[in-house]
Amino acid sequence: MTISYYLVLAAILFTIGAVGVLVRRNAIVVFMCVELMLNSVNLTLVTFARATGTVDGQIMAFFVMVVAAAEVVVGLAIIMSIYRTRRSASVDDANLLKY
Amino acid sequence: MGTVPAEGLLAASWLLIALPLAGAAVLLLGGRRTDRWGHLLGTATVVAAFVLAVACTVQLAGTDGRSADVELFTFISAGDLDVTAGLLYDPLSAVFALLITGVGSLIHVYSIGYMAHDPARRRFFAYLNLFVAAMLLLVLGNSYVALYVGWEGVGLASYLLIAFWYTRPAAATAAKKAFIMNRVGDVGLAIAIFIMFAQLGTTSYAGVHGTVGTLAGGTITAIGLLLLLGACGKSGQFPLQAWLPDAMEGPTPVSALIHAATMVTAGVYLIARSAPIYDLTPTARAVVLAVGALTLLVGAIAGCAYDDIKKVLAYSTVSQIGYMFLAVGLGPAGYVAGLAHLLAHGFFKAGLFLGAGSVMHAMDDSVDMRRFGGLWRKLPVTFATFGLGYLALIGFPFLSGYFTKDAIIEAALDRDDVWGWVLGGVAVLGAGLTAFYMTRLMLMTFFGRARWEDGLHPHESPTVMTAPMVVLAVGSVFSGALLVSVVPLSGWLEPVFGEPEEAAHVVAPALVGLVVTVVMLLGVLAAWLFVGRREVPVTAPVRVSPVTRAARNALYADAVNESLFMRPGQWLTRALVWFDNRGVDGAVNGLAAGLGGSSSRLGRAQTGFVRTYALGMLGGAVMVAGALLAVTAG
Amino acid sequence: MTPGDADVVIGTGEAVVFWVLGPVALAGALGMVLSRNAVHSALWLVNTMLALGVFYVVQSAPFLGAVQIIVYTGAIMILFLFVLMLVGRDSSDSVVETLRGQRVAATVLGLGFAGLVGAGIARATEDLPVAGLGDAQAEGNIPAIAELLFTRYLLAFEVTSALLITAAVGAMVLAHIEREPGSRQTQKELSRARFLTSDRPQTLPGPGVYARANSVAAPALLPDGRTLDETVATGVEPQEVQQMPRPTGREQLGSPDAALGTLDPAPADSGEQR
Repeated sequence: MTISYYLVLAAILFTIGAVGVLVRRNAIVVFMCVELMLNSVNLTLVTFARATGTVDGQIMAFFVMVVAAAEVVVGLAIIMSIYRTRRSASVDDANLLKY
Repeated sequence: MGTVPAEGLLAASWLLIALPLAGAAVLLLGGRRTDRWGHLLGTATVVAAFVLAVACTVQLAGTDGRSADVELFTFISAGDLDVTAGLLYDPLSAVFALLITGVGSLIHVYSIGYMAHDPARRRFFAYLNLFVAAMLLLVLGNSYVALYVGWEGVGLASYLLIAFWYTRPAAATAAKKAFIMNRVGDVGLAIAIFIMFAQLGTTSYAGVHGTVGTLAGGTITAIGLLLLLGACGKSGQFPLQAWLPDAMEGPTPVSALIHAATMVTAGVYLIARSAPIYDLTPTARAVVLAVGALTLLVGAIAGCAYDDIKKVLAYSTVSQIGYMFLAVGLGPAGYVAGLAHLLAHGFFKAGLFLGAGSVMHAMDDSVDMRRFGGLWRKLPVTFATFGLGYLALIGFPFLSGYFTKDAIIEAALDRDDVWGWVLGGVAVLGAGLTAFYMTRLMLMTFFGRARWEDGLHPHESPTVMTAPMVVLAVGSVFSGALLVSVVPLSGWLEPVFGEPEEAAHVVAPALVGLVVTVVMLLGVLAAWLFVGRREVPVTAPVRVSPVTRAARNALYADAVNESLFMRPGQWLTRALVWFDNRGVDGAVNGLAAGLGGSSSRLGRAQTGFVRTYALGMLGGAVMVAGALLAVTAG
Repeated sequence: MTPGDADVVIGTGEAVVFWVLGPVALAGALGMVLSRNAVHSALWLVNTMLALGVFYVVQSAPFLGAVQIIVYTGAIMILFLFVLMLVGRDSSDSVVETLRGQRVAATVLGLGFAGLVGAGIARATEDLPVAGLGDAQAEGNIPAIAELLFTRYLLAFEVTSALLITAAVGAMVLAHIEREPGSRQTQKELSRARFLTSDRPQTLPGPGVYARANSVAAPALLPDGRTLDETVATGVEPQEVQQMPRPTGREQLGSPDAALGTLDPAPADSGEQR
């Protein structure tokens, strides 16, 4: 077993997150899928930090977490305010931006 | 002959143009406020111009070389083209200026009475003033460009005045016809000016006439023929004669001033002014001759058949201008004769038209001669003046037409070759036809039984109308003798056309006069036999000989024009429109429709669903990953 | 595997951890995407995140592993659950796909993406030597991170703090509902309005109150014996619950226990006792 296993696992998790974004309609679940994608990237960063022998990758992962936290706060607030006005958390209901 | 800078009054000759132009501007811009005195202002400006023209001419007579150049301002300065707006006051333009302002003044005075009851009298005088200004610019300009500006100006004024009663469809149509047929000629004139500029680099008379000899013969001939085309359009010469009779839809003073005395003689002026060019191209000159001779006959024949008094006079005008073209086509020998005939014609034809107007005035605007008859008793002044004009026109001995027409015939015979005899014969034949149709007109209008509509009470016109007629009648009687013998026009015009050659006189002038008089009397006799002896039917007979029918249709000039130019033109237009609609528009619209359709189809991809867009992103990511793999693996 | 080992192959102990927790992480991810209930999705995601946290610890990043578990699993997922509670269930939880071909296309593209990226990474890194972090964090993981974070990445760190403040303010602004000044009602006004507009001044009784059953599906009983269907939570089907007959007369109300009666249906008895 090599570290490429971790990386392949991260790729698969990332893909599952991406597919989840595409198929789920509940904005909150979509958000969770995005979090999953971010986490898989974090796994990649940590793995590469180990492979290269530098801590920088872990720092990157740390920053990703911070940014993800900020993103979650703002994103959920947006979902809340959309829900307040439209009484729906479905991403398909916000479809006015078109031809 | 040298041209000197103008001094004194001559330097102010631009006022000749400015005065009527200012009158037109005031009348057109002033609107209804000028309704009450507009006609007086219009007349005053032209009379003032006449006085000024007389004074200028007197001063010119005393000037060295009898040619004055009035430089005004730079008109066009573009690259090599440098057109200075300037006036050339020389004997030729002086003669025309006097004719235009003189006859113009009389007709303005006449119009005060003739148009008294027309609500748009002010507009009429504005247009008349505009015409006089443009016509004076035409004859006084010192370059072909200035002439062209005036040329178009008179065309515009003619159009406006023919369509003066624009609510009548016939008048509107006639105006369009005149305008369009004039355009055909104007294109020729314009191209001739283009050639002058391209080849000689100048358009002034002095420049062109001084250097035209350096051009190739073919170019000179082309210029001559194109100028002739322009002259034909403006003067109603064959093959562009058809508009002139229709132009009689305008008010009668317009017919007298524009379509008899002045504007239609602009072609003669153009050819006379361009004498140095025609001197170099016998071919073009021969064409001028042919056009003149042909028009002379065509006009005279058509004039024999019409019952509309103004149309008969119009065809008479066509025919008489044919005489003038014939004369100026003869070269140096004929210029003076042609211009003398032009001046005399200006008098008697204007008088005849004014007389016709007076008759119409009396007959409730009817123009049908079959409804006239016996008017000599009711309209004595009109009858007398009209009769004098008639005698002058048919060349009754010792009236003006006699002198001027004989001079033309003599000049033609003096060519001393077969063509001289042919042209002379045509001219003599034309004189006989002229006598015929004019006598027919006189008989049908003034003699015989009264055939008026019921309830008509013909009455003599007011003095303001008859006075100009009297003046013109006097001019008709004496102008010929005056111009040929007393104050010889040939001597006056010598600075322009050079020393008059001593006439060869192949045939003795007395003999020519005798022959012409005899032919004229034969014409009169024939008219009396055909018309005077019998009762004139009120409606035109339907069963007539083919000759009469052809003459009634003006020798099918309109039909020929229609089938030769109008129909193919319409076909071409239709084909072009079709091509434009289907081909050009089809391509452009098709492209636009294709783009619109494809964009609206592509727009469907914009569903508004975020997930669809995200799917696209994932697809793109897959492609990028595949591409990266392909690159690194390959 | 010992720290500082530059070997390609990873030790057996870690392999065991990987082969146990890897499938758990995958299952959590799949479960999150596939489960119909959003709350279940969140729980599945917690599962995956915990597994990832263990992976971090195993890969010489114990600090990150702790942060993963505390911040992500603890804080962020709780935030998710809070919002889920606020929003509640709605039609977006339906598993019926409304966009034609979306699911198929997403699956195909996802498989293609996973295949391409996975294959590419596997090919590129299967021979990658593992330097290990033994030298880099000889004094421990946290001092190594702290040293880098407060030296080389100081600016980024400070900017991140600004980002967090901004996010907090932004969330407050977004979640805040602006009321018209003066539209806020006093307690007195609220009380008055309640008495004027409603026939029930007090709060609703909880479900099952006074009923002879304590199920949430049993509506409360009013003092006069009528049921009050509003007391049943939305989304719960009110159910007919077998109830004790009510005592009808004062003579029947003995001790409180007697007043409650028994579950034996005895409507006939009551008639006889009368």
